[in-house]
Amino acid sequence: MIRVVLPAHLRTLARVNGEVFLAVPDPVTIRRVLDALEAQFPMLLGTIRDAVTGQRRPFLRFFVCAEDWSHGAEDRPLPAAICTGQEPLIILGAIAGG
Amino acid sequence: MRSVRVLVGTRKGAFLLTADAQRRNWTVDGPHFGGWEIYHVAGSPANPDRLYASQSSGWFGQIIQRSDDGGRTWEPAGNQFVYQGETGTHQWYDGTPHPWEFKRVWHLEASPHDPDTVYAGVEDAAIFRSTDGARTWTELPGLRQHSTGSRWQPGAGGMCLHTIVLDPGDPNRLYVAISAAGAFRSDDAGETWRPINRGLRSEFLPEQEAEVGHCVHRIAMHPSRPRVLFMQKHWDVMRSDDAGDSWREVSGNLPVDFGFPIAVHAHEPETIYVVPIKSDSEHFPPEGKLRVYRSRTGGTEWEALTSGLPQSDCYVNVLRDAMAVDGLEECGIYFGTSGGQVYVSPNGGDDWHCIVHNLPPVLSVEVQTLP
Repeated sequence: MIRVVLPAHLRTLARVNGEVFLAVPDPVTIRRVLDALEAQFPMLLGTIRDAVTGQRRPFLRFFVCAEDWSHGAEDRPLPAAICTGQEPLIILGAIAGG
Repeated sequence: MRSVRVLVGTRKGAFLLTADAQRRNWTVDGPHFGGWEIYHVAGSPANPDRLYASQSSGWFGQIIQRSDDGGRTWEPAGNQFVYQGETGTHQWYDGTPHPWEFKRVWHLEASPHDPDTVYAGVEDAAIFRSTDGARTWTELPGLRQHSTGSRWQPGAGGMCLHTIVLDPGDPNRLYVAISAAGAFRSDDAGETWRPINRGLRSEFLPEQEAEVGHCVHRIAMHPSRPRVLFMQKHWDVMRSDDAGDSWREVSGNLPVDFGFPIAVHAHEPETIYVVPIKSDSEHFPPEGKLRVYRSRTGGTEWEALTSGLPQSDCYVNVLRDAMAVDGLEECGIYFGTSGGQVYVSPNGGDDWHCIVHNLPPVLSVEVQTLP
């Protein structure tokens, strides 16, 4: 199972505590993880990426094994540590605003 | 015994304030959706248990929430607001063409007849309608695609469609207002639209009485007289007696005619309320005195209402969607401030008291009169 860490507001919206666990078919990519996430939690549609264009919302970032995969890496196969559930895919909200 | 439920949208969540008809002892419920901007919470006149809320965030975009039990529980509804057909451009602040981009829902207006039908006014300016209880939304594109659309410009708060007024006796007639394009009317259920800005005058425009470009802040109507409209414009309080075909100024003896909300008494169609604000560069009351002004003559002659309102050192603002009236026998008037206070007058404005003092900045106030 793929582990996903959501920002706190999205955990509240999806009514989950802690990490989300998703079954994602190979090859596992960020796009496929998001597809599975939105299928399981339709209330998240549009909150992480635009529902029409698929573009990542500007104040969110994707972190993979301590690396920023936010820019143009949606279709790059994720490393084994993510695919095996050893590490989570972290969706992080910008620390900003009042 | 009848009661009231006040629906408050704030910068950091929604709050529901309830009281019996005396409107003295209040229960505060919230925050709902804590940390999110709640631009508007609206109840269905056809089914008061049905509520809709516009929940948004700069991080996570737009969510629409729906309740079927008067706000005790909520479920996320549809949040796909997709412009129909050619998106086109409007003017940007510098006058260059700028594509329409959806940002948020400013205002929700539920049908007086059908709890599943609700309209959404959005930024960038457009109107959407749902007929399935907010599960899906369809734009009424005739407004955005109006021949003047390419000339519309955003106000400082964005190019928002913030006011939707439905004629309760004629389902084909709708009014909307857009900052800073002006007011528009449809007589065919939203299919086609025409600007209704004749008589408006805006000194910031090169052509001061232009067909579009006016910064309308709010329009109010009494349901018994749907051809009579009252408008708080950026500057000027205006009135129309012909469904917006023409407007005349009724600012009269107001200390200043800048402001945001305007409301009509529930039982007296010629009694109206505004909250004068010092200027568009100083968004607080004149002299630090928070005063609601009431006209019992449909404008022009105004009286200050001060009993129970702070009359010194008060520098809050009252936004366009943050004033409402209830339908109890003695009409209650409500407004919320940028300082997080929600005030009620249970006697038509004569006396005021603060329901709650320290909410986040208030964006919107609606009230439901419950059986």
